[in-house]
Amino acid sequence: MDLIAELEAEQIASLGKDIPDFKPGDTVRVGYKVTEGTRTRVQAYEGVCISRKNGHGIAGSFTIRKISFGEGVERVFPLYSTNIDSIQVIRRGKVRRAKLYYLRSRRGKSARIAEQTNYKPKDDGKKPVQGSAT
Amino acid sequence: MRSGIIAKKVGMTRLFLEDGKQVPVTVLQLDKLQVVAQRTADAHGYTAVQLGTGTIKAKRVSKALRGHFAVAKVEPKRKVAEFRVAPENLIDVGEEITADHYFEGQYVDVSGTSIGKGFAGAMKRHNFGGLRASHGVSISHRSHGSTGQCQDPGKVFKGKKMAGHMGAVRVTTQNLQVVKTDADRGIIMIKGAVPGSKGGWVTIKDAVKKPTPENLILPAALKSAADEAKRLAEEAAKQAEEEAKAAEEARLAEEAAQQEEALKEAEAEIDAEKEAGVDPSGEKKDGEQ
Repeated sequence: MDLIAELEAEQIASLGKDIPDFKPGDTVRVGYKVTEGTRTRVQAYEGVCISRKNGHGIAGSFTIRKISFGEGVERVFPLYSTNIDSIQVIRRGKVRRAKLYYLRSRRGKSARIAEQTNYKPKDDGKKPVQGSAT
Repeated sequence: MRSGIIAKKVGMTRLFLEDGKQVPVTVLQLDKLQVVAQRTADAHGYTAVQLGTGTIKAKRVSKALRGHFAVAKVEPKRKVAEFRVAPENLIDVGEEITADHYFEGQYVDVSGTSIGKGFAGAMKRHNFGGLRASHGVSISHRSHGSTGQCQDPGKVFKGKKMAGHMGAVRVTTQNLQVVKTDADRGIIMIKGAVPGSKGGWVTIKDAVKKPTPENLILPAALKSAADEAKRLAEEAAKQAEEEAKAAEEARLAEEAAQQEEALKEAEAEIDAEKEAGVDPSGEKKDGEQ
C-alpha cells in the first residue's frame, strides 16, 4: 500500500463512520449537521441516490435528488464528511444504470424506480479495502 | 534566517476536520534529510547549509560526489540543495532534520520543478482567447493572431507572448499553510497544491512574505535533539519508575516484616495457648463428662 492509501485508510479508520451499503437507485435519508449560530441540529435530507463517485475511499461522494415543493433539488455529499450524522437506506431500487441522470428530465410516474425485492447484503464479511485506488 | 528542507512530493489527498470542513492537502515526505556540508563566511564568503536527501546506490554516484559525501560521513544522497542561513543558524554536518521543523498552521513557500507541457500554443501558455469559431476563420481557431503593428516598428517586440515551451521550470508557490506534520514518518501535509509531479523534489522554506513566527525551532528540528529529549524523558521515566519500584519494594518489605512479626506473635500465642490450652480443654472434657 502506498503512503497516500495508507494515510487515507488511517483517516477512514479514525473517522469511525459506518457507511451502509447503498447504490444508485436507492432511497436514502441523510442526517446532515446544520449549525445555526451556536446551536447544531441534524437536518434530514431524503431522496433518491442518483450517482456515486470515486468509490469507497476518502474522496467518495454521492448525489441525492429529491423533488422539493415541485422543484427538483440535488445535493452532493462527501461520503466521509464530518457533517454527516447518519446515512439510512429507506428503499432499495432496481436500476440498470450507474448514473441516473435521466431522472432529471422525468417527472411523476415516469420518474419512479421499481423496488428491488431480492436485495442481498454483501456477504463477503470483510469490508472492501478502503482508500486504495483499486 | 534558518534552513529550509528538501522533501519528496508523494501526492494529494484530503483531510476532514472536526468542524465539517475538508482540506485538500499535498503530502510531502522527508527521506533521511541530512546536512552534507556547510558554507561559511570565512571559507566561502557566505553562510549556508547544504542538505542532501533520498538514497542512491554508491556505484551510481560520481567519484567526486562520493568523496564529498565521504567527507561529511553521510550516505550518498539522491538530491542535494543549499539553503542560505544566518551564521548563528548553521547546522553541524551529519545532523538529520525531522518533519517537526515546521509547526501546524505555519506559512511556507514551496519550490519545485513544474510539470512540463512541451511546446504549447498561445491559448494554453498565455491564456489567449484564440480566434472565432466562425465568421470566416479557417484553420487558425487557436492561433495567437496579430503579433504587432506595421512597417513602423517593422519588427516583433522582444518578449512578445507567443507559443513555445511551457512548464518544466522552477516555480515557487508562496504562503501555503502547513496542516499537519508527522515526525515519525517524516510527513508534512500542506494545504493546496505544490509545483511538480508526484515523486518530484521540492524545497520548503519559511514564508518570506509573512512575519517570522516566534515558535520556530532554531537552528532546525534535529533528530539528534529529538533523540536526546526522548532519551532524557525515558531516563526520567525510568528513574521515576525505579523510585516507585524502590518505594513499592520498601513498602512490601515492611509489610512482609510486619506480617512475619504478626505471624511470630500468632505462633507464640498459639504455642502459649497450646501449653496452657491442654489443661482447659481437658478440664472442659472432664466437665462435659
